[in-house]
Amino acid sequence: MEHNNSSVIGGFVVPGLPHILLAPEKNPGWMEVRRAFDQVAEEIKNSDADVLVLYSTYWASILGHQIQARPEPEFILVDDQFHDLGSIPYKLKMDVNLAKAYCETCKEMGLKARTTDYEGFPIDSGSVVALKLLNPDNRIPAIIVSSNIYSDRAETVVLGKALQKTLEAQGKKAIAISITSLSNRLTMGDFDPANDKISNRKDEEWNQKFLEFLAEGKLEDVSQLSRQFHREARVHKVVNFKPFWWLSSVMGAHNRYEGKVWAYAPICGTGAALVGLTPSEHASRDLEFDEDDPEFYVGERNVLADDLRALDREEKGESHESI
Amino acid sequence: MSKGQIVAGCLAPHPPHLVYAENPPQNEARAECGWETLRWGYERLRRHLRKLDYDVLIVHSPHWRTNKGTHLLGVPELKGKSVDPIFPHLFRYNYDLKVDVELAQEIFKEAQKEELEMEMMVNPDFRVDYGTIVSCHMTDPEWSKPIVGISSQGAASYYGLEVMNSMMLKLGRATRRAVEASGKKAVLLASNSLSHRHFTVESDIPEDMSKEHITHHGQYIWDMKMIELMKKGKTKEMIELLPDFTEQTIAETDGGSLTWLMGALDFPDYPAEVHGYGTVIGTGNAVVEWDEVNRGKDFQ
Repeated sequence: MEHNNSSVIGGFVVPGLPHILLAPEKNPGWMEVRRAFDQVAEEIKNSDADVLVLYSTYWASILGHQIQARPEPEFILVDDQFHDLGSIPYKLKMDVNLAKAYCETCKEMGLKARTTDYEGFPIDSGSVVALKLLNPDNRIPAIIVSSNIYSDRAETVVLGKALQKTLEAQGKKAIAISITSLSNRLTMGDFDPANDKISNRKDEEWNQKFLEFLAEGKLEDVSQLSRQFHREARVHKVVNFKPFWWLSSVMGAHNRYEGKVWAYAPICGTGAALVGLTPSEHASRDLEFDEDDPEFYVGERNVLADDLRALDREEKGESHESI
Repeated sequence: MSKGQIVAGCLAPHPPHLVYAENPPQNEARAECGWETLRWGYERLRRHLRKLDYDVLIVHSPHWRTNKGTHLLGVPELKGKSVDPIFPHLFRYNYDLKVDVELAQEIFKEAQKEELEMEMMVNPDFRVDYGTIVSCHMTDPEWSKPIVGISSQGAASYYGLEVMNSMMLKLGRATRRAVEASGKKAVLLASNSLSHRHFTVESDIPEDMSKEHITHHGQYIWDMKMIELMKKGKTKEMIELLPDFTEQTIAETDGGSLTWLMGALDFPDYPAEVHGYGTVIGTGNAVVEWDEVNRGKDFQ
């Protein structure tokens, strides 16, 4: 049975659009997401996490994987698209030691990776929004890893495992955060924040399916469904929908989590969900088709209920003794 | 007021490597050499543009990516540091540029008449994208002219390449009308590479030219086909072929810059002047000029 990675004490999927930070009051759904961020920030503050590890779909890389390693990156961010919302001055705090070690582990595991430490480097809006809301006082250092636009599942899984390995080696407890929207099609044309809604019905249906799975702690199932989600509910700007591949690889590729949907709302037509996942010994719903231990065969699961088996025997005129 | 004019339209690619190799004072990183054939191409372009004389550079850049509408820089002066997120080790450029806001607003209005979704960027803290900066620097290293910066709307991924083509042609027409109404002489820059399947690994010395080549032969053939059409004045055919070209070579023409340029120049049917072609980390790049004043005669 795949064991929970004890280094990762919790995980979150968070949206990264700046509206949550800069203009939550413009829409009740945005405010709901913002309040959820505030509640999660409190949880994180009260946790015993040593580090926050972020994977951001807003940070695209093409030459392998980049890991932010500047000790205190500082700048003023203005979103390329939503510049009208205002400016976001930021000063963050990175765990440089972990960033460098993660980079080395990635290389040992066959990945192309490098750290980034430049004054004025454009840290992506998703990471800035997430860290400003979840870690406003920089109480817990963080690392941020990019989303390589060409990576497929195998590479992304190894990227996640490299982080697991590094955390274990350093004995650090981490909270893993994947920064992504669910569906990502923006509303085009005239847009009134007060009347925000998901771009189209199909996007909404797929968002709801993912939320259902995540609420049940089915992280690996969501990871497996990611290719289809990409086909059905994502604008194809990159080759795959990766954030759940990374998250499940870092946290543990199974469904034994307690899931909680803290908030879900449309933001400019995209599906913005804040979801928490806590490692658990049991799946939220122990269903007969949940995974068996791949290391030791435990035998038939006898998924049919006893009374149904009895009914079957009755119909066949069989007694219990004759079986 | 006399009628304004687009005096030239240029394909002006923006690999940051070109600025890196130029070693200008604005860029923090230092190079030993690199990508000379393309940089010589830009030298030839600059020399010719000086003869034409112009008032403003209008640049359409794929690296200011907006998915909702086309945006225009709308702040008179922008100053800051542009750091390339992929190549920060090569490009950390301190810029201080002027924007022709009046002309930008004129383009905005004309584009709205084409029922395009438009927005003005008026946040003074906004960081100008490196595509805009590289194309403008290589064309006018002294930054002697104000610019108009236009974003690249993600129509190709939201709808498809044909829709992108259609929208960018409209934007081009609107740009032309705005320039004519302004009374100014403008040079237009389509800031994009041609084929764009790039290396995913970088050589130890970025400017090691022994490692530089087109990623694959198919890309090169396609690039040469597009350049051939430019040289023969067959720009309509070039834009018709653009969706296939873009799909098959992962071309940066998906950003719409070249299509916008052709819309603004109204599909020039005279030969373009190819000042240079070269590869940068495997991508195909050409510095090309359509001289609207002399319509190619200057280069015969």
